[in-house]
Amino acid sequence: MSHTVIDINNVSKLYRLGAVSSKTLRDDVGMWFARIKGKEQEYLKIGEEVKKQLMWALRDVSFDIKDGEVLGILGKNGAGKSTLLKILSRVTKPTTGEIKIKGRIASLLEVGTGFHPELTGRENIFLNGSILGMSKAEIKKNLEEIIAFSGVEKYIDTPVKRYSSGMYVRLAFAVAAHLDPEILIVDEVLAVGDFEFQKKCIGKMKDVSTSGRTVVFVSHSMQAVKSLCTRAVMLQAGVVAKEGNVNDVVDFYLKDGAEQIKNGVIPDNASKYNSGDAKFKTIAIINEKGEQINNLYFDQLITVQLELETYRTVDECVIELGFGNSEDRFTFTSTGDMAGKTIKLEKGKHKLSVELNPKLLPGDYSVYLGVHDMSKTGLTLDYVEKIFDITVYKFTADNNSNFLFNASLGKVRQEGKWTITQNK
Amino acid sequence: MAIEKNWDLIVKPHSSWFNLNFSETWRYRNLVLLFVKRDIVAQYKQTILGPIWHILQPALTTLMYILVFGVVAKLSTDGSPKLLFYSSGVVLWSFFSTSLINTSSTFIANAHIFGKIYFPRLVIPISVVVATLIRFFIQLFLFILIIIYWKFFVDESSNFLPNITVILLPLLLIIMGIFALGCGIIISSLTTKYRDLSIFVSFGVQLIMYLTPVVYSASIWGDYQWIMDINPLTYIFESFRYMFMSTGAINYYGLVYSAIFAIIVFLIGTAIFNRVDKSFMDTV
Repeated sequence: MSHTVIDINNVSKLYRLGAVSSKTLRDDVGMWFARIKGKEQEYLKIGEEVKKQLMWALRDVSFDIKDGEVLGILGKNGAGKSTLLKILSRVTKPTTGEIKIKGRIASLLEVGTGFHPELTGRENIFLNGSILGMSKAEIKKNLEEIIAFSGVEKYIDTPVKRYSSGMYVRLAFAVAAHLDPEILIVDEVLAVGDFEFQKKCIGKMKDVSTSGRTVVFVSHSMQAVKSLCTRAVMLQAGVVAKEGNVNDVVDFYLKDGAEQIKNGVIPDNASKYNSGDAKFKTIAIINEKGEQINNLYFDQLITVQLELETYRTVDECVIELGFGNSEDRFTFTSTGDMAGKTIKLEKGKHKLSVELNPKLLPGDYSVYLGVHDMSKTGLTLDYVEKIFDITVYKFTADNNSNFLFNASLGKVRQEGKWTITQNK
Repeated sequence: MAIEKNWDLIVKPHSSWFNLNFSETWRYRNLVLLFVKRDIVAQYKQTILGPIWHILQPALTTLMYILVFGVVAKLSTDGSPKLLFYSSGVVLWSFFSTSLINTSSTFIANAHIFGKIYFPRLVIPISVVVATLIRFFIQLFLFILIIIYWKFFVDESSNFLPNITVILLPLLLIIMGIFALGCGIIISSLTTKYRDLSIFVSFGVQLIMYLTPVVYSASIWGDYQWIMDINPLTYIFESFRYMFMSTGAINYYGLVYSAIFAIIVFLIGTAIFNRVDKSFMDTV
């Protein structure tokens, strides 16, 4: 029977936002005295001013991790995953609550921590290994293996500043991969590097997990979590929203968010430009089953439902729906049948429905909407940016991720009709 | 079924004030050595003269001090030859000031490492002091060469020679190292919140230098001699000069005072350091 190796007990973490210190020295001193007495929280309740700058990154998080378990921690940006991970790795301390750990623990929040550019690859293996908690004997024992694994044998006595970034990461990961703790904590290190490297990472993680060690794994990558973990915990706004079997939690995670924007109301102040003649009111993205979603599988047919209110009749109107990536650039826009044509919209409320398969490659995107009056040389009536965030997962609805092996560059998959004949 | 739990580690919000974690830091001694190596190896890479700088730096500083404080300002060296007096001051002072300045940036300079991985934070300042100590021994070698040069090439009747008290040198270095480490970690802890301090450090260190008999003898202050007397570094410098040059005397009471002072500063330092360590990742 497996026993608990990590016991997380009512852990909360409070962050002070913005200012590094509180407003005045008096506050600082007051806070300081409160902290000595261990009554920080009580003091915090006193000042409204102070209160505004505070944020609970974690709120009474409790769960256990059993021996030999591979636990995934899921959650959106800002849900508290990284904070929990940092507390588990002892990089920062909880504000309240405690965590009990049994066994040798090693955490991997980054590969190559402490690498010094002037030192050689070999020297950095020793430095990085020691920082990660390996003993000198352990590093020596594994040295040949680490060097072979990294694939940079030829340059192992060259300062790492001369390495390409790929070599650098491979060496760094090679060290990390030879960590041999009882409990391993891994952040989204896997999100960096090329695809081949990610596969290598996941392979190594699988080795670790099948060898019966305990792994805590935090990731955005559903695919990785699904294939590696047995159990998962989902964090939402700092609290445990769901805990249990990995499939249940992943399903819950995929639906999460859609519920928050159930009505998809676009706030009045969301418009980047508005002429006062029209306004987008609501947005919703619907899957084949008619459910509202904001996380897409790759290659999924969706319907974007919009509500547009016009305050006057627009004779020559064009409506556009755009998808952009996080770097603030358009990926593509769609005007459907309206390309080269215009439509007439009477004054009043209109329902729009756009059915499309955006063929967006995995990543985070957001939606842009615009309505323009072509009779007035394209006057923009309403334009909203990034009102709706969607995430495209690294696998299709039937859990297939083979598409990543080909044509995974760019942002959109374009399927042309290819004809190949051999010249005789 | 109740299973006997022997937790290896309990992560709690508050650690005690004087949680020095010596045993834990000791377990990471290998890491200390690697950081020391990193500091020493990396410092002069891609410089033409490389490790020669360890010698050249104090040599040039000594020459400068002889010119400025000796020849131009004509400050008293209590009868010691200028070369010996200034080189002894420079060598010992550079151990203190380098230790202090380099440890004072512990948190800021290593924020990227501290944010990613846990190890006892004291490892970094300790490794800085050890690295500086190694450099000190290189420079001490230069100083000994100067003493020999003086005896055999300049003044054969010279009595400015080391004596048996030299065996107390490790004690001096330990006091000084602890003092520098203590001051350094206090400053590094405070700079996480008040960055202004890091700018103040180099100025402050210079100020302390002028309150310490580095470039002139302690007697120069006349009526204000007490300023020198309360400075724990004074006794260390005087003892150092006595050990290697047989000038002045060792004030043993003074040394005890220095040691107590250094230990108190170090304890305050570790207490503040521990406090900051708890929350610093959230403020930097």
